[in-house]
Amino acid sequence: MHLPATSSVDTQTRSDYLPNGLKVVVREVHTAPLVSVWCWYRVGSGDESAGRTGVSHWVEHMNFKGTVNIPREQMKGIVERFGGMWNGYTWIDQTTYLETAGRAALDRLLFIEAERMAYGLYEPAECESERTVIISELQGGENDPDQLLDTEVTATAFRAHPYGHPTIGWVDDLRSMTRDDLYGHYRRFYIPNNATLVVVGDVDASDVLRRAEKHFASIPEGPLPQRVRVTEPVQIGERRVAVEREGTTAYVKVVFHAPAATEPDFFPMLVLDAVLTGAKGVNLWSSFRGVPPQRKARLYTALVERGLASLVSGAILPTVQPYLYTLSFTAIDGVSPGVVEAAAFEEIERVRTAGVESAEVARAQHQLRARLVLDNDSVTNIAHQLGYFETVAGPGFLSSLQQRIDAVTPEQVWDVARRRLSPTNRTVGCYQPLGRS
Amino acid sequence: MASTLASGLSPVRHTFDSGARVIIQETSATPAVSINASFLGGSVYDPVGLPGLSYLVSRVIDRGTTRQTADAIAEELDQRGVTLRIGTTRHSMTFCTTCLTEDFDDVLDLVLEVARFPIFFDEELGKRRAEAITALRQNEDNPSVRVGEALSEMLYGPEHPYGRPARGSVDSLERVDRAELVSFHAQHIRPSVLTLAIVGDVRASHTFDRVARLLDGWDGGPKRQALVPPPTIEPRRRVREIVMPGKSQSEIAYGFTTISRLDPRYHAYWMLNNILGQFGLGGRLADNIRERQGMAYYAFSTFNANVGEGPLVIRAGVDPTNVERTIEAIDVEVQDLGRLGPTAVEMDESRGYLIGSIPRLLETNDSIAAFLQDCERFDLGLDYDRRLPELLNAVTIDHVRAAAAEVLDPTRAAIAIAGPK
Repeated sequence: MHLPATSSVDTQTRSDYLPNGLKVVVREVHTAPLVSVWCWYRVGSGDESAGRTGVSHWVEHMNFKGTVNIPREQMKGIVERFGGMWNGYTWIDQTTYLETAGRAALDRLLFIEAERMAYGLYEPAECESERTVIISELQGGENDPDQLLDTEVTATAFRAHPYGHPTIGWVDDLRSMTRDDLYGHYRRFYIPNNATLVVVGDVDASDVLRRAEKHFASIPEGPLPQRVRVTEPVQIGERRVAVEREGTTAYVKVVFHAPAATEPDFFPMLVLDAVLTGAKGVNLWSSFRGVPPQRKARLYTALVERGLASLVSGAILPTVQPYLYTLSFTAIDGVSPGVVEAAAFEEIERVRTAGVESAEVARAQHQLRARLVLDNDSVTNIAHQLGYFETVAGPGFLSSLQQRIDAVTPEQVWDVARRRLSPTNRTVGCYQPLGRS
Repeated sequence: MASTLASGLSPVRHTFDSGARVIIQETSATPAVSINASFLGGSVYDPVGLPGLSYLVSRVIDRGTTRQTADAIAEELDQRGVTLRIGTTRHSMTFCTTCLTEDFDDVLDLVLEVARFPIFFDEELGKRRAEAITALRQNEDNPSVRVGEALSEMLYGPEHPYGRPARGSVDSLERVDRAELVSFHAQHIRPSVLTLAIVGDVRASHTFDRVARLLDGWDGGPKRQALVPPPTIEPRRRVREIVMPGKSQSEIAYGFTTISRLDPRYHAYWMLNNILGQFGLGGRLADNIRERQGMAYYAFSTFNANVGEGPLVIRAGVDPTNVERTIEAIDVEVQDLGRLGPTAVEMDESRGYLIGSIPRLLETNDSIAAFLQDCERFDLGLDYDRRLPELLNAVTIDHVRAAAAEVLDPTRAAIAIAGPK
């Protein structure tokens, strides 16, 4: 299979396929002598079955443990030698690996990603050693009450879909999974026709494609894995989860089943979230970058300005299948979670009943436009943006983002608020610190 | 096309009569500008008996000025998609934001108006105090914060500027009134102790003129830099355990006091820290604790030389049953590096990494602005990024060995542990 370069609105980016199906996306950015290389796989915790939760994330860890041609002891420093950093992450739809280093490292970085795709060792002793590292990572997350509550609420919101379990997995699965489980998962999903290679930086696009061919062309394509296609049953009534543990602070989370990235409701929901809690970056990484502009946002004024909550946040992220819209609140010391919850519901009902002002929508759209510009501040972030949308939403999605945000009307925002933020579509979680009820 | 920053930064600086220093670096990667206004107004300037005052000032200062209400400021920020981040460290209070180029003039005006003309309404003080107290309560439940604060107190003592809690206590925050906010602002948020770094798609000449107008008539005030006494705690091994029922993982902080930023041994210490707990996944520490023993998701060290003698801190998060083994592993690595120093290979790797990473660390407008602030704070010179490779190349294995021998001794370590038992 050899397809011509794709034609899209995004004329800065060149895309091509290698004969084995690997998609290569390149953007030349010559502002710093750097290159960022990312390899994205269409596999995440949403592809996992019961008893094997966390396998995608554990596989990600194992892919830093040496390959046939990069012995374990040579992994340390292999990128750092070029002044570079490397990392990886796993979420519900994707697993990705990145390196950003001086431009002279390009060939070495492509070599590393090719090795990672096809020649991981998965030594049994290394798998065992990593088991306790991952359990330690899980325990670190449990130390955070907000994260603990998030896990409980997400699991309560989903009855059938594997999006309901945490990406890191359930601890009993982490204790029982075997090396063969890991290796089988790796071999099934880590094939070139299930991956996208993204290169951004001070490079020549034609040169990148030649080098990509040199490193990846010999890796055979495989049978494309069938992704999980579970339809979550329609929720017919509010669900609740209460966590009572040691602690000092009360937290409230309210989640609603939300549209997938490619559904028509997605963009009105994105604007609705910006109206309620301020605009964030429109992808997983950038959504975490800093506090959003939110002082005029509906839920901020209704809770923080009234002295009920110290923090309000919202999150709707582009995903392959319908995931969640999450609202999070930290109660002011001495304020009960019930009071926080009631104030949040009151404001949400106000939006559902009366809609939003056109000025609010215009402000939200401008905030989102600003974020799209500000998120392109480094080759690493540009490459993440390209790879994220390519993997989660497909070609052309990123280049159409701004236009689709601008096209959202106040009526569409009101419509999704009425339908999507209904009490029957929500799951409510409260974290009540013991002894401070 | 050539890399615009390939040959290093080229900032320009102007010092105003009031003492305010403005540094501008033009970049063109994105149509955006980062503004970083830093005053010598951090927690070391908190009055005795009122820790947390600078932090509370930073929370209230942008909630209304003599020229416009908090609501109007909120509207100005949100309309432009801008977040104004005001934070305090030990020495500084910093106003940071990034905006689109088209909004730069208005946002710069707003940042300096907020710094210069705050009104400190009582109602706003009440709300932000409640938020700050909630944040303190959250910290009480956070093992990572607890060991960090405990270690600072163990290394410096509870009354030392680096030992007391930078955000104060519930008691001290409750005692702050509006007059104290006004007084702190009048003393410490002044042009004489302002460094304003602006990085992005701007023209320097236009920006200097605009800053001059915005600062016009603002009395500079005295230029004061707090003196930080050397730590007086006897360097012997001491351990503090903090029991936090219900937590799944134990946090360890293990540290020493070191040197000031202006100490000529600074670059040797920097390389030492990189070898001990940074290179790769976390230097020798992660090799041992994570890679060989599988005990922790993270094990690393940080080195924070400051105006005074800053700390070198080792951190790890482990299963509660592995706390003793982890501390033994840290002892081994600290002792080995302290007695024997680094290897020649480690020196080459670390040097290569630190020099090679300079372009990456100076890629974004935000990171360049923060770097330029450091250059000013410690008089490193505006060509510091270009001199840095030479400075690192001058560090010998003997320099790092001497630094290691000076600081890395398990018998002098302070250790804080927070966890379920």
